[in-house]
Amino acid sequence: MNRARRDALVGYAFVGPFLLVYAAVLVVPLLMGIVISFNNADLFGRREWIGLANYAQALSDPVLRQAFFNTLTLTLLIVPPLTVIALLLALALNRNTRLAAVLRGVFFSSLVLSVTIVTLIWRFILTPDAGLVAVGLQAVGQPPIPFLSDPAYVIPALAVTTLWWSLGFPIMLFLAGLQQVPGDIYEAAALDGAGRWTVFRRITLPSIRRTLLLVVMLQTAAQLQIFGQAQLLTGGGPGGASRTIVLYIFEVSFGRWELGYATAIAELLFGMILLVTLLQYWFVTRQEGDRA
Amino acid sequence: MSETAPSSQRLSPLVTVLLLIGAGIMLMPMLWTLLLSFKSNAALMADSGSAFMPPWTLENYAAIFQGSLTTRWLINSLIVSTGSTIGVLVLSSLAGYGFARLDFPFRRTLFVIVLLGLAVPEQAVILPRHQLFAMLGLHNSYPGLILPSLTGAFGVFFMTQYFRAIPPELDEAALLDGASRLTLFWKVLLPLTWPAQATLGVFTFLGSWNDYWWPLISATTSDYFTLTVGLASAQMNYAQTSGLGFLMAQAVFASIPILVVYIAFQKQIVRAMAGTAVR
Repeated sequence: MNRARRDALVGYAFVGPFLLVYAAVLVVPLLMGIVISFNNADLFGRREWIGLANYAQALSDPVLRQAFFNTLTLTLLIVPPLTVIALLLALALNRNTRLAAVLRGVFFSSLVLSVTIVTLIWRFILTPDAGLVAVGLQAVGQPPIPFLSDPAYVIPALAVTTLWWSLGFPIMLFLAGLQQVPGDIYEAAALDGAGRWTVFRRITLPSIRRTLLLVVMLQTAAQLQIFGQAQLLTGGGPGGASRTIVLYIFEVSFGRWELGYATAIAELLFGMILLVTLLQYWFVTRQEGDRA
Repeated sequence: MSETAPSSQRLSPLVTVLLLIGAGIMLMPMLWTLLLSFKSNAALMADSGSAFMPPWTLENYAAIFQGSLTTRWLINSLIVSTGSTIGVLVLSSLAGYGFARLDFPFRRTLFVIVLLGLAVPEQAVILPRHQLFAMLGLHNSYPGLILPSLTGAFGVFFMTQYFRAIPPELDEAALLDGASRLTLFWKVLLPLTWPAQATLGVFTFLGSWNDYWWPLISATTSDYFTLTVGLASAQMNYAQTSGLGFLMAQAVFASIPILVVYIAFQKQIVRAMAGTAVR
């Protein structure tokens, strides 16, 4: 056996195991999904080719439209505040004191909890019959607020729960980004007598541009797929007021067994996430191009 | 980092107070959960505000060990998360070394195909994957719960970057000494990747431990529930069954293993994030 062939075999031996699993459990389902979305398919294997009919149905489905707007509202209520709060906390906690270390631990802590635990905790903060907020309101003689069953409160309730849960990871990313800003830039700025705000706007912010982009991209993609919080805390109610796109996909596939239609919605969501991510990336890198 | 970098400045009193308030908001929900878990269900039925006052009790924790399914779900979660972690570490290390160091046809193309996987959200594959696994009879089994987490492109990307950062002279020296590729990988390079293994391992374990969507649709008999799915079902049935105190004890009990992992590896995670993950 010649050397090149031997090297190739060794190479495939190393990357092969992963590629096999990757092909079978990711690539194959990805392609299957595209095919299924053109079919009138149920959960039990019935298939009938119907072309674009599922996609046409999706575009005129009022329930999906409501779920789309709920998801969009949640994403807008979560991503900007989350990014700003996480950045501020990272700036404050980026120092070598004991207090900062302890507080970092506190702000990271909720990220290790599962969605089930987070919703359990927040259910008994928000629920009007036994929740912590209701107990507090009762103590000052106020009636409880039905956060989880009043259409005006469900979306903000889900947003607050998600904010509390999601804070840790963006702080970690920002801290990592801040650590990579060279210290001598700050020295030079201090010598020039630059104020804090100037330093932040002219030095810190441009230096962590990439991290900022990463945080916004990851969080947007995550919140467009928000599911567990809505399913467990509100069940999408009342009257669909907190139904999200993925919750609707779950209901259509495992409640109504309309696998073809559910898959078509999932493909649309996939396209939407891809588009939004690319737009965000393009927006930031284009500005970098302008500077150069 | 130098003396004038912001990391060595002291916090102003106002910022400190704001931070402490923020920390209070972060911790309050957890403390509330902890308090509720130490109260009898009957006392909480009457008034959940009584959680702030004694008597507290351990009966809810005792109930977890007496014939509830919670311990079974804990074992399932441990098996699935450990299996996923070992699987990801082995597959990503092998593939990462292969992509970083070895030459074979279509290497670049294959690597790009793997990277494209980073852009595929779970929603795009989860329903057809459910169909596929149904055909293969993989639902309600450990392999069925573990396999999807082994497709993570991030691990391969992460390990490839890490192997690329190791000086290639090391390989050449070892190969000149007559070591085989496998010995070189196993004895020389792998020990150097320990920090990366720890980071990737912790994040994989965490992700798998907290995964909800896939086990929700794949594990449909309560014997194969993981903790997330089990506690979700308990939460849904809360009104009819176990009571608030018991539910909260379950939540605390379910969080303990992951908190231990997190505390044990906290330094490692943060340090490694600063180094590699954000490029």
